[in-house]
Amino acid sequence: MRELREPPIVLETRGLQAWYGESHVLHGVDIQVRQGECVTLLGRNGAGRTTTLKAILGLTDRRAGRVTVNGTDVIRLPPHKIARLGLGYCPEERGIYKTLTTQENLTLLPVIAPGGWPLADVLAMFPNLAERADSYGGSLSGGEQQMLAMGRILTTGARILLLDEITEGLAPVIVEALGRAISLLKSRGFTIVLVEQNFHFARHLADRHYVVEHGRIAAEIAADEVDAREDQVNRLLGV
Amino acid sequence: MTMTLQAFMAQLTIGLIGGCFYAMLSMGLAIIFGLLNIINFTHGAQFMMAAFLAWIGLTQLGPWLGFPSFAINFWVALVIVPLVVAAVGMVIERALLRRLYQLDHLYGLLLTFGVALVMEGGFRYAFGVSGQGYEPPELLQGPFDVGFMLLPKYRIFVVVASLLICFGTWYLFERTKLGAYLRAGTENPKLLQAFGINVPVMITLTYGFGVALAGIAGVLAAPIMQITPLMGGNLLNIVFAVVVIGGLGSILGSMITGLSLGLIEGLTKVFYPEASTVVVFVIMALVLLVRPAGLFGREV
Repeated sequence: MRELREPPIVLETRGLQAWYGESHVLHGVDIQVRQGECVTLLGRNGAGRTTTLKAILGLTDRRAGRVTVNGTDVIRLPPHKIARLGLGYCPEERGIYKTLTTQENLTLLPVIAPGGWPLADVLAMFPNLAERADSYGGSLSGGEQQMLAMGRILTTGARILLLDEITEGLAPVIVEALGRAISLLKSRGFTIVLVEQNFHFARHLADRHYVVEHGRIAAEIAADEVDAREDQVNRLLGV
Repeated sequence: MTMTLQAFMAQLTIGLIGGCFYAMLSMGLAIIFGLLNIINFTHGAQFMMAAFLAWIGLTQLGPWLGFPSFAINFWVALVIVPLVVAAVGMVIERALLRRLYQLDHLYGLLLTFGVALVMEGGFRYAFGVSGQGYEPPELLQGPFDVGFMLLPKYRIFVVVASLLICFGTWYLFERTKLGAYLRAGTENPKLLQAFGINVPVMITLTYGFGVALAGIAGVLAAPIMQITPLMGGNLLNIVFAVVVIGGLGSILGSMITGLSLGLIEGLTKVFYPEASTVVVFVIMALVLLVRPAGLFGREV
């Protein structure tokens, strides 16, 4: 009976393979994410974590297998149609548009579903952005760019957030702020897939961890197993 | 070197009008290059096609249809012709250019160059190479006294209209939501599509818009230039120099560069007429030496 009480699966990949040009990067990734869950993809550089997010969104050169978003099979859909099923994407390089102001970046994304945050809520979460409203994206600091990249997808009504390495290269105080933001988003019911290098950041936020290795899922670890399996995690992450 | 103020101002006005056409055409090229990464060599042929369509509408269409008194006047042509030229452009983008985006820039350049040759050849076959004339609309015929000199009303209209179009395009691009999408698409189209924007359609419409600018310029040019199949190709040589000087990808840059080079050409005609046809290219060479990305270009 436990099955019935669990929230529905909103994002699933089965045997997901992906290529960049001739190079075969994903060799069959299987993940399942339930509504309201926060799940991480851990692993070494080059293991295929970023590519998994890109393959879900249709941004790799080629992909095969199954990807389901909110029940719709999207493997044959173009990226803009996949996004409109409820995905919000924060890329590793942050993807801030340098020739657009902070304000323009924040209001650029199309609304894909009802329930997007009003701008005021985003600015309440990341007050720094309000001060930089008229600055061009290219002139923002790394931390400000990261807040902008996360903030702008909250306005769209996307309920599944794909966040790629949001803490990379940022000062501890900003990492802390981002951690609080993730907790808040989780409490507001967002489903979050977090690609992280920083296991210490992720371990207290996530319900479940997938460890990606050589383009496959090497291990799946629930939050309450982390302490018991810490050695395995450290070995897989090469810490 | 005696020269009356009147003659001086006349040359300057001619230069300004040339600059207006450079500005409109190079803006279209910059917009297209920004989003499509293709240098649109068809631009001149599309400009020529617009001038021809305006002329056909005014003088040929009625007799062809069997109603000699029927004609599409200048004002109607100014609206319809750019739309027709843009529609043809969008078909070219969908059917041909789209297949080349994954490849090197060079292929887009070769294809658009080939399409331009086909279009020019087609018009030459149909209408010959001798120039056709186009009467300015009645409202704009005759001179207008601007205080210190008389100017043809139509030329004043061309300057005002092109400045409005340039300013409008700049405003659209830099100050509106639609412009923000275009700038974002120019920077990173793939990511924009991952946010839910239908980028392929946006690219088609942008190409259509850039081509429509060439279309408007073509209709505006019909009453003051000889309408020949080669009119666009000749003009485009200079426009490419303008684009190199201004730097591709900057809307404001192409507008300012286009207008100033027109004026510089006009001034050269006054002070050293022998150099007037090469001055733009000399400036181009100098700019390339000092700032290879162009005066307003972004270093890549």
